[in-house]
Amino acid sequence: MLEIVILIVFAMIGLSLLLNLWRLLIGPSIPDRILALDTMYINTIALIILYGMSMGTELYFEAALLIAMLGFVSTVAICKYLLRGDIIE
Amino acid sequence: MIEWIISILLLVGGCFILVGSIGLVKMPDFFMRLHGPTKASTLGMALLLISAMMLLSSTQETLSVKEILISLFLLLTAPISAYMMIKSAIHHKLESIERTTGKDNIEDDV
Repeated sequence: MLEIVILIVFAMIGLSLLLNLWRLLIGPSIPDRILALDTMYINTIALIILYGMSMGTELYFEAALLIAMLGFVSTVAICKYLLRGDIIE
Repeated sequence: MIEWIISILLLVGGCFILVGSIGLVKMPDFFMRLHGPTKASTLGMALLLISAMMLLSSTQETLSVKEILISLFLLLTAPISAYMMIKSAIHHKLESIERTTGKDNIEDDV
């Protein structure tokens, strides 16, 4: 049963990644696009976690941790650039 | 028994992530759009990581704490990134629809 549920959740997260891509393409302003990219990296972490669950290994969680840290830092850096015109003052 | 719990947690988490992305596409202006991904998707991620932790702890007979680390990190950093995004949106003076209230309370940008 768990395999079928994992497949269903894979489909859900793939659909939400496509919706995020749609918002990234049509987003009328720059903060909309930053928000779409932020949501996309969170959903990518979900995909990696699901793949690790279906493989039954713990190896992929370190990649998920790396993506989480780098995504947060890049979101804050690009927002800081939009606010100030400079990242490190 | 634990397989049922893991399956229910996975399905609920996937539904929350999907609802967050639907809200990102369907909401009319940016100040509403910010609510979907920063709340619903983060909660869905926490549920999914808890189910992954339960599955690996039940199959490998050892407690794995890396998932708690990832979910704590996500729960801590989602409000900070939402704050930075709303600051940049206010700085860019984005237009909003009529029903969005509270824009009078925004102070002038420093």
